[in-house]
Amino acid sequence: MTDMSVNKRAAILSFILLFAGLLLWEAVIPGQKAAGELTEYERLTGGGAQKAGVPPPSQVLEKAWEQLSDPFYDAGPNDKGIGIQIGYSIYRVLAGYFLAALIAIPLGFLIGMSPVAYKALNPFIQVLRPISPLAWMPLALFIIQDSETSAIFVIFICSIWPMLINTAFGVAGVRKDWVNVARTHELGALRTAFMVILPAAAPTIVTGMRISIGIAWLVIVAAEMLVGGTGIGYYVWNEWNNLDLTSVIFSILMIGVVGMALDAMFGVLQRFVVYSE
Amino acid sequence: MSTAFLSVERLSQRYPDGAGGQTTIFENASFGIEKGEFVVILGHSGCGKSTIMNILAGLAEATEGVVIMDGKEVSGPSLDRGVVFQNYSLLPWLSALKNVTFAVAARYPDWSKDQVLTHSKKHLEMVGLSADVFNRKPSQLSGGMRQRVSIARAFSISPKLLLLDEPFGALDALTRGTIQDELLKVWAGTNQTVFMITHDIDEAILLADRILLMTNGPFARVAESVEITIPRPRNRIEIVEHPNYYAIRNHLVQFLGKHSKELAGPTDAAENRPATVRIDKTAPAVRAPSRLAV
Repeated sequence: MTDMSVNKRAAILSFILLFAGLLLWEAVIPGQKAAGELTEYERLTGGGAQKAGVPPPSQVLEKAWEQLSDPFYDAGPNDKGIGIQIGYSIYRVLAGYFLAALIAIPLGFLIGMSPVAYKALNPFIQVLRPISPLAWMPLALFIIQDSETSAIFVIFICSIWPMLINTAFGVAGVRKDWVNVARTHELGALRTAFMVILPAAAPTIVTGMRISIGIAWLVIVAAEMLVGGTGIGYYVWNEWNNLDLTSVIFSILMIGVVGMALDAMFGVLQRFVVYSE
Repeated sequence: MSTAFLSVERLSQRYPDGAGGQTTIFENASFGIEKGEFVVILGHSGCGKSTIMNILAGLAEATEGVVIMDGKEVSGPSLDRGVVFQNYSLLPWLSALKNVTFAVAARYPDWSKDQVLTHSKKHLEMVGLSADVFNRKPSQLSGGMRQRVSIARAFSISPKLLLLDEPFGALDALTRGTIQDELLKVWAGTNQTVFMITHDIDEAILLADRILLMTNGPFARVAESVEITIPRPRNRIEIVEHPNYYAIRNHLVQFLGKHSKELAGPTDAAENRPATVRIDKTAPAVRAPSRLAV
């Protein structure tokens, strides 16, 4: 045991925890008795009726296998594969997210460079930032008149703030000595921005982008529960209405896995731009 | 009006003191530097050495006075004036080589990529760096190596004036010694005009043609210009044997320890030019140690 690396030991512990947790879960779910074994009294009080209980992990795994072996089937508006649902959600998240990045990063750059712009825009940012993105939904639905675009707008509005604030913060905090290096080498404004300020602020900017994508993925589930139609949020709500708790648990797990993957992508990007002084 | 290559004319720097008045850091400082000369400025903290350097670099503006280099007034930073800062003059996300190539490419925009690369590598090799460290980031280099890269970058763009702001201040004594040697070696092969700030008297004597001594601030001024009458090429070990070494060193120590305080304070002079001091024990019959006002 002692000659094992920390990673190996951690992996073993993770698996033990996973199996112990699943086993415990499986054990605490009482198995439903067959109607024949019920007493007269139980039958009279409805004990024999089909009752939806919390499914054991074995059923969830079965469901996962069934769903993941054919993720892209499309059998009408209320019956689409998990892959299609997640695809819709990712599309909405990325569309809103990149629109936000397109505005937040240049605007953040400006705010970071100019103390006047910072002071002028700060009150607006401070008021708009704490608003729950879902509070925009009714207004968005009324103005945009399209549920799909409204969902994208909600993602846009929730992911813009961390990127905007982090970009401004990162740009404002660039070491003056590095800017002086650019100045003494007669780099123009544009080259200074791209060769010095952007790489210097990149770690902070990417951190903001990473926070934003996390928030966007949290918000899309709630937004899709409201707008309906497609997406993983809609899928969860639809399966709840179907009282199919196995699918609900399966989709909860899928939301976690996709969120982790999105975050990991930005983790890679972060490693790429990080530098040490 | 001086006709020197670099001429500093009645430079003053004042800041608001926060109580409605003004603090004068230095006043009416005037001095000149000849082409190819290595000038070191010595003085206590707070006398405005770094401010003078920033003004020469074009990174700061003087309250009054002008700096004229090669017949043109200095305004704003330029590739004609290269700067090596004490710290952080390398961009940490670029490799050692890229830190040099970006400067070379900025200086010679018409050069091909190959030309830029060859020129940059040549200068890195000149300061004693081997090819295996070219692709390392500054954080993977020792403090001494980092300053070598900074020096290589400064020489690679052959500025008309090279400004060194305590380049070895953050290094340990042994590393400092070897890099001083490298700097002397690289400088000897060029006709580079250098203006350097340091706190280290021995370093100043080893490197300089002339040392400017500043009085304490506020109202600091450049009081003396001490010629270093020790022939080149110099090296750290032999220079201490020279008869002039301790005479000059004593003079500098006395100035910094005593005179810099006594001479401090405002003067009525419209222009504070340094007095030239020449100490030469090797030719006592010809010229005794004297203070000649110019």
